[in-house]
Amino acid sequence: MPWPFEREYMQLALVAGLVVGACAPLIGAFLVQKRMSLLGDGIGHLAFAGVAAGLLLDVWPVWTALAVSVLGAVALERLRARGSASGDLALALFFYGGIAGGVVLIGLAESLNANIFSFLFGSLLTVSAADVWTVVVIGALIVLTIALSGRALFAVVADEEWARVAGLPVDRLNTLLAVLTAVTIVAAMRVVGVLLIAALMVLPVASGQLLARSFRRALVWSVAVGIVSVVLGLVAARQWALAPGGSIVLVAASAFGILSAITGGSRGGSILRRSHSG
Amino acid sequence: MSGPGELLRAQALSFGYGAEPILRDVDLSIDPKEFVALVGPNGSGKSTLLKILLGLLKPDSGSVELFGVEPSRFRERWRLGYVPQRPSLGRELPATVQEVVSMGRLSRVGWRARQRPADRREIEHALDSVALFELRSRPINELSVGQQQRAFIARAFASSPELLVLDEPIAGVDTESQQRFRDSLAHLRREHGSAVLLVSHELGAVAEDLDRVIVLKGAVVFDGSPKELVAQGVSLGIHGEDLPLWLERLG
Repeated sequence: MPWPFEREYMQLALVAGLVVGACAPLIGAFLVQKRMSLLGDGIGHLAFAGVAAGLLLDVWPVWTALAVSVLGAVALERLRARGSASGDLALALFFYGGIAGGVVLIGLAESLNANIFSFLFGSLLTVSAADVWTVVVIGALIVLTIALSGRALFAVVADEEWARVAGLPVDRLNTLLAVLTAVTIVAAMRVVGVLLIAALMVLPVASGQLLARSFRRALVWSVAVGIVSVVLGLVAARQWALAPGGSIVLVAASAFGILSAITGGSRGGSILRRSHSG
Repeated sequence: MSGPGELLRAQALSFGYGAEPILRDVDLSIDPKEFVALVGPNGSGKSTLLKILLGLLKPDSGSVELFGVEPSRFRERWRLGYVPQRPSLGRELPATVQEVVSMGRLSRVGWRARQRPADRREIEHALDSVALFELRSRPINELSVGQQQRAFIARAFASSPELLVLDEPIAGVDTESQQRFRDSLAHLRREHGSAVLLVSHELGAVAEDLDRVIVLKGAVVFDGSPKELVAQGVSLGIHGEDLPLWLERLG
């Protein structure tokens, strides 16, 4: 392959990055509509605790992160659905619970080593072939699930009360979305790191909504912006020896800034305001 | 017990938040093809009653049957069309009119199924029947309030329901849109023989089409034909501004 993807580690990074660049906005588009843009962040913090548990137990951290994130996502959705805690309060609980749990577990493992940083900030350049295969399989499952349930998920995030009256399994679909979010985060963990994951779920969607007039088109544009951000971010990381996760997210943020300036930006701007308020 | 063919029946419904009663001993029923308005002043418990009838809330006592079944066990949801008062669609939601109306087929075909040509025909027909076919590719949030309201009615039409429930459909809608709304309802009733339950605090243009009016103020204070209500000195028509006033003075 031509520069900058002539080395094997860059090719592996590219494959993992492309899957994540497509899947994160695909799930993010539904979260943004549901006004749960920060769910990715909350679950990302849980994944951090999962990684720490893996390092402590000497298990492959991807498995422990997957287990903790999925269980956490289901619990969070239950809390929200039963009204025991409002969406953002439930989220805060998991944010801090996750990070605190992670810190305690790392302390126990006495392993505040470089390994944990590769999960916090992403470490595309040390991605192994096994990591890439995991990401590809998870990505295929995410795309397949959205292809099957996308219409119903759209109805639920757009108008939950109506969807309930129409007899859609709203609670199960909400749980499905939370689980998909958790799975996406674990897939994206090695690429952009748990601290930057939500950015890749939200920023390309904000761009996609500037460009599209239908939900279907918004999905397509969000995925396209996600993929382009990953490729340009990787190229920049290689060229100037930058941190790949951060470069990718900076490209996604710049893309939104530029598109917003070109299109006049009223719609995307309000999306960003909303996701900041939780 | 449900009477034969009753689409909706509520018996002795009571509901309250804490100690404060909202609904006391409410009875009502809707027969096939009937056009019924449920009216009441603000705070009369209309919205609460509607939520209970649709199965979104459980009553403290009493029973509800939708098509002869308790709401939580009612599976043939396509038989019921629902138009919420202010659908909670986000202002920024990039969704076309057609995408919103398409949701209406989900209760017919199941949430995992793909759309078939027959579904697309039904969606186009629903758009046509509310005169929005030309605007089907426009983003829903670029439409006027009246046009959006018609899109949500088309979404409910799309499953060809036997009972259509509308929550405050004419609040904040201009006279011309009210007339179009009336035409759309007439079309649905003619074509599918659907019954309609319209929840409102004003009746506007549809007053002339009603079979029955139910007046709610915590309890049912009137249930009869529009004629009987007019005989009590209440004017219902499009210029009947005194209906809301009369309702406020009730009780």
